[in-house]
Amino acid sequence: MAGLISYAAYVPCHRLARSEIAAALGEGGGSRGTRAVAGDDEDTTSMAVEAARSALASRALRDRVGRVLLATAAPAYLDTTNATVLHAALGLRPHVLAMDAVGSVRSGAGALALAAPSEVPTLVALSDVRVGLPGGADERDGGDGAAAFVFGPGDDDAPVVAEVLAQDTVSDEVLERWRLPGAPASRVWEERFAEEVYVPQAVAALEAALCGAGLTAGGLDHLVVAGLHGRAARAVPRAAGVPAERVAGDLGDRIGNAGTAQPGILLADVLDRAASGETVALLTIGDGASVLVLRTTDALPAHRQPVPVSARVAAGRPPLRYATYLTWRGLLDREPPRRPEPEPPYAPPSHRRAGWKYALVASACTKCGARQLPPGRVCLACHAVDATREESLAQVAGTVATSTVDHLAFSPSPPTYFVVVDFDGGGRFRCELTDADEADAAIGARVEMTFRRTGTARGVHNYFWKARPATAAAAPS
Amino acid sequence: MGSHGIRDRVAIVGMGCTPFGEHWSRSVDDLLVESTTAAVESAGTVLDDVDAFWLGTQASGVSGLALSRVLRLPNKPVTRLENMCATGSEALRNACYAVASGAYDVAMAVGVEKLKDSGYSGLAGTQVPGAGDDGRGEGTAPANFALLAPAYAQRYGVDRDELKQVLARIAWKNHVNGARNPRAQFRKEVPIERIVAAPPVAGMLGVFDCSGVSDGSAAAVVVRAEDAHRYTDRPLYVKALSLVAGPASGLARQDYDFTTFPEVVASAAEAYKQAGVTDPRSQVAMAEVHDCFTPTELVLMEDLGFSERGQAWKDIQAGVFDLDGALPVNPDGGLKAFGHPIGASGLRMMYEAWLQLRGEAPPERRISSLAEGRSLAMTHNLGGGPGECVSFVSLVGSEPHA
Repeated sequence: MAGLISYAAYVPCHRLARSEIAAALGEGGGSRGTRAVAGDDEDTTSMAVEAARSALASRALRDRVGRVLLATAAPAYLDTTNATVLHAALGLRPHVLAMDAVGSVRSGAGALALAAPSEVPTLVALSDVRVGLPGGADERDGGDGAAAFVFGPGDDDAPVVAEVLAQDTVSDEVLERWRLPGAPASRVWEERFAEEVYVPQAVAALEAALCGAGLTAGGLDHLVVAGLHGRAARAVPRAAGVPAERVAGDLGDRIGNAGTAQPGILLADVLDRAASGETVALLTIGDGASVLVLRTTDALPAHRQPVPVSARVAAGRPPLRYATYLTWRGLLDREPPRRPEPEPPYAPPSHRRAGWKYALVASACTKCGARQLPPGRVCLACHAVDATREESLAQVAGTVATSTVDHLAFSPSPPTYFVVVDFDGGGRFRCELTDADEADAAIGARVEMTFRRTGTARGVHNYFWKARPATAAAAPS
Repeated sequence: MGSHGIRDRVAIVGMGCTPFGEHWSRSVDDLLVESTTAAVESAGTVLDDVDAFWLGTQASGVSGLALSRVLRLPNKPVTRLENMCATGSEALRNACYAVASGAYDVAMAVGVEKLKDSGYSGLAGTQVPGAGDDGRGEGTAPANFALLAPAYAQRYGVDRDELKQVLARIAWKNHVNGARNPRAQFRKEVPIERIVAAPPVAGMLGVFDCSGVSDGSAAAVVVRAEDAHRYTDRPLYVKALSLVAGPASGLARQDYDFTTFPEVVASAAEAYKQAGVTDPRSQVAMAEVHDCFTPTELVLMEDLGFSERGQAWKDIQAGVFDLDGALPVNPDGGLKAFGHPIGASGLRMMYEAWLQLRGEAPPERRISSLAEGRSLAMTHNLGGGPGECVSFVSLVGSEPHA
């Protein structure tokens, strides 16, 4: 049986309070809640990797993945494939199609629709960083985040957690939301216009999909409504006849709307709490509407994602200053430090060292067992030459041996924390500690590794690993 | 296989050192002319009579032409070399070996660096194209050396506030010494309270815990020991030269605890063996050590054998390493107050040994330990950082066969 076999969501830990925007811009108003904000070291690619790592925690499942689709409206690069970074970071087999579906917000729901019936295990990652002009609704209501799903045949290691019962799509060319390439923010038509277009389309798509699944709107256990058009999304459940208590919350008050990734994050949130044998319809509005209808299986309770969406939503750090947010998004051009700019990564060494750089694959000595980061041909303990095997440390936690806070390092958000990490089971590496404050860098603190865009120099992004404070999942060994 | 040293086989017979500082009006070439001219003058010779040259610079020139072009040297052998912040000492070491081998009668070691033309505060990078995946070049030098402080506090149970006072006292002492040195970059004493309250730079380090970023040059003339008195009646005999490059495993092995530089321990042991030193704290008259940041000097006092493990912070507070202490350390102000033009620093350290052992240091900073019959001076020069570094230790003396 094929279906959904794994899922996970990633929500960055930074929060911007809407009241902070209003206060900074000298506007009154009752803006409530917070939005999630990608860190200055995160982008759609790195967040997609974080979500996909959680979805592919099982090595056996990684080895089965045959296709990778990355959907985002904010690609880190054009022309080159961003999904190959996922492919490299996850250490997937070479003979795997990795491709992007980028540009439109709808590419997220579209990628899910394409992957859902797949007989080849297919990883779909949805990721977005939503930016609006200062003071606008997109800035206020947007959010950043990612989600990853694997559709395909189940097995004992990764059984089907939700069957795909049916899907339907309505496509419509409508000038409702658009953005010229390179522009900082979307433009939207008058909201009431598209409400009239979208609501009937959404109801029609939902009815068609439910019909195909042999269900009725009234009998549905969970309806998830996603899409950047807020008025339409709020109006659809009633128009479709789905009882209000069956409609999943949109988390907008806490993390905002993550655009391309929003349907994924909301679906993951429902899967975190749905019981076995329940039906879930995911309805995504935009340029028409698309619907995916699932039924959870008995395997779901034992195979939910390791960190639930609710925990990621709750794990927000102290609120960001608005000026910091603007700086991170490149909307405030700040005076750089009087220091040499960081070097970009160079292409040949990056390619030669892809296993280490992207997947954190270290070496272990086959003579004495000593672990070495970065990998080396000569063992640091017994000096054996070329006696190594590969060992991935991406999922291995560690302890801070010593640390420092650097007030001078080139960073859009100083200070920078550096830690020397002693990994459980051996090996040591000095790296940056992110999503942290000084207490997290104390000697003895527990950390885990996270994939980040460590910087961009001369138009080249550098993707590499940092440490971050350990989640509960990384208890002392 | 074996390391034998060249104890008492060569001698330094002339030295020159420019003032260190922000030399906006002087070029690398100017600094080289000044240091080399002063060195040959003090040896009573001329540049044309020097047979071979070793030029140490991290990033202020490439190839032997960086020196020969400036001095218009007539087809002489000139080697340009680099070994991070130990570059100047490395130039001296190679010049000494060349003379000891018999290949040349007169050799010159010269070190130079111009840091201030870059417009940056801190060091200029010399990175090889990489993949951005090894943690190198991310943090700053102060952040790297700041890793020592919490580790030391943790291992020896020293309260953080107390350790901050200890580090401040190191900076205070070096500023006191630098204030008595007309060539130093910083010539003012700084009260401990001001050092402690300075803006943070990295970890426990404030602005005053960091060495000065400066321009400068220093040079030495080296001849065979038996020829030394033809140039000066007070030569410095080279007793030991020791350089090690570590396996760079401290950032990769969990058994390194960031309270020591194993490379310094190894290079010091080798130098003491070459010179026959058995109790450095009582035998050495003074030491110039690589105080790039205050925690470095703290740890070096133990690594060089001047203090017992875990005791240096107490010795520092007791004034053991002050100008009038039992073992004066950095009587010229050190990297802290004299400044740190990378390639020049190793030879600048030797310049202070040259002045002190010859009794030429100004009276206000003259060390008293010589009066006890001690005749040895040490220079210690380090490049890299905790976990991976190169370390150089030399011992020189005013007496042959002593």
